[in-house]
Amino acid sequence: MKIADKTRFCIILLISGWFILFGVTPLLLLVMTSFLTMDPADLVKFSFTLNAYSQLFIEPGYIIIFIRSVKLALTTTLLCLGLGYPFAWYTARMPPKWRTSVLILLMIPFWTNSLVRTYAMRMVLGTHGILNKALLSLGLINTPLKIMYTDYAVMAGLFYLMLPFMVLPLYATIEKLNFQLVEAARDLGAGAVSAFTKIIFPLTLPGIMAGCIMVFVPTMGLFYVASLLGGARQLLVGNLIQQQFLNARNWPLGSATSIVLIIFMAVMLIGYGLLLHRFSRGKE
Amino acid sequence: MESVLSIGGLKKSFSGQPILQDFDLEVKPSEFITLLGPSGCGKTTLLRIIAGFEKPDTGTIFLDGKNLLSLPAEKRKVNTVFQSYALFPHLTVFNNVAFGLKIKKIKGRELEMRVIQALEQVKMNDFSARYPHQLSGGQQQRVAMARAIVNRPRILLLDEPLSALDARLRREMQIELKKLQRELGISFIFVTHDQEEALSMSDRILVMQEGRIAQLGTPRQVYEEPENLYVARFIGDINFFPGEILTLSGSDQVAVSIFGRQIMAHTQRQFQPGDKVVLLLRPEDLRLYETPPKDIKTFAGTIVERSYRGPTLDTRVRLDDGLLLTTCKFFDEDDPDFDYTVGQRVYISWVKGWEVVLPDENC
Repeated sequence: MKIADKTRFCIILLISGWFILFGVTPLLLLVMTSFLTMDPADLVKFSFTLNAYSQLFIEPGYIIIFIRSVKLALTTTLLCLGLGYPFAWYTARMPPKWRTSVLILLMIPFWTNSLVRTYAMRMVLGTHGILNKALLSLGLINTPLKIMYTDYAVMAGLFYLMLPFMVLPLYATIEKLNFQLVEAARDLGAGAVSAFTKIIFPLTLPGIMAGCIMVFVPTMGLFYVASLLGGARQLLVGNLIQQQFLNARNWPLGSATSIVLIIFMAVMLIGYGLLLHRFSRGKE
Repeated sequence: MESVLSIGGLKKSFSGQPILQDFDLEVKPSEFITLLGPSGCGKTTLLRIIAGFEKPDTGTIFLDGKNLLSLPAEKRKVNTVFQSYALFPHLTVFNNVAFGLKIKKIKGRELEMRVIQALEQVKMNDFSARYPHQLSGGQQQRVAMARAIVNRPRILLLDEPLSALDARLRREMQIELKKLQRELGISFIFVTHDQEEALSMSDRILVMQEGRIAQLGTPRQVYEEPENLYVARFIGDINFFPGEILTLSGSDQVAVSIFGRQIMAHTQRQFQPGDKVVLLLRPEDLRLYETPPKDIKTFAGTIVERSYRGPTLDTRVRLDDGLLLTTCKFFDEDDPDFDYTVGQRVYISWVKGWEVVLPDENC
């Protein structure tokens, strides 16, 4: 073997070893645990059962939590898309020297721990927080708004944390968009709305889909945002998993919930892949 | 004849840099006008103002007597063929061409008929199901043409549409484009920096210099009677003989002193004795003699370079007075041996009356 081949072999071994050790093995353990019986003394008993899954699919409480999580993640995604698209558009259309500064401003909070930033949101949204103080002193409201410990607080927190994940893929596609195509559309009689729906939207669709996936998928699992801003009542799938492992000590149920969540996301990612494939077939 | 497009006093500058200055132009129905100039002379900006992508600082544009500047780009009965074609990559050839018609809510049989007709006009009807990336540059160019003409614009704007094609395809497209323009009867405003293209295709050529009109005229006028040294230099090869007016004789004759020799020249321009002038002569207007002819005044010189170009023989001659001349002679069937050797002595004159006399702008 030549040195280059050896190096290549070592790198591949290292990466696959890392992946098997920290990726595949925990996943297999998770799958295995989800089929085991819960035992208060030893965490799990090695006897096969479908209890965890039947509990998950039969008890309405769990289904409600799941639906609520999907709804919240979906709203957050749409919120990020609705505000992120214009943001990405204007950033990409700015003179190049300004673009970098704007993107850095967007990225700076990103480098701070997200848990710290979620605590910071409490300071902003609380009864005596910055937002309420500002609104009160402006005379827009008479009594402080109750935002903390509601779905709105959770949504605001998630939106704040996830916005860069939406803006960056959108920015990347919009920046690559040939703006002369928009001029061509207008030249052929298309107003602003038609130019957007017929040309800009289809051509930036890959970025839109990538952004939505990048926001939606992690949002489903961000348990600490719901715990810190939503309080005890705003339970999401992420919180459910965390509680089963840490509080209820029901590892099989926690594992089963994780597996269901993973399958749900996998289905979505496959769907995205298929859509992207269909979309780009015209370009090959 | 009533103008289709009428531009008056147009001015445009970008961040203090003037791009167009006091620009006037009248475009007649079914006229092929070429804007010719080096890059940065404002020709693309003018096209973008007519199309509606840029606003002029001052000035007026009327299309069929109606104010064009008050309309947004999408409402103007003007279509553009972009330099990069700007075909929609996610739409088939058919849907690219149908785009403008669909916006105008034209549907069904009529839509199909008009798209097919436009594709036939550019010989692309076999490609209607393809995507732009599946076409060659020349084919994309044709689709871009079809996409514009299908809307039946009053004026078609073409922004260097042939510049991305290779020389052979380019000549082919020039002929087709000219033919298409005659069939459609639409006025074309064609932007190019290629003078040969401009000469062969246009009804009128507008030579632009730094946002101003250097000359507007037929290809023949622009080539044979350039109005200034800029136009003379920009279009074709040309030789400059520096001179000074000696006397005026009659209404269209002047005596000019060139390198100490007195030459009679034709001109319609007004000069005064003592004016510094330049005599312009195209390479094909110069005549070379191997022995000095008796009754013609000539300039003696030496051949410094000869290059065979197929139908023509180009030679460079250094006059004894120092001037370097370019001459060009078509091969003559009666004289199959005609050729020169480098270093050979020759005597140069030109066909009487083919010279153009212009004031020397350098003084």
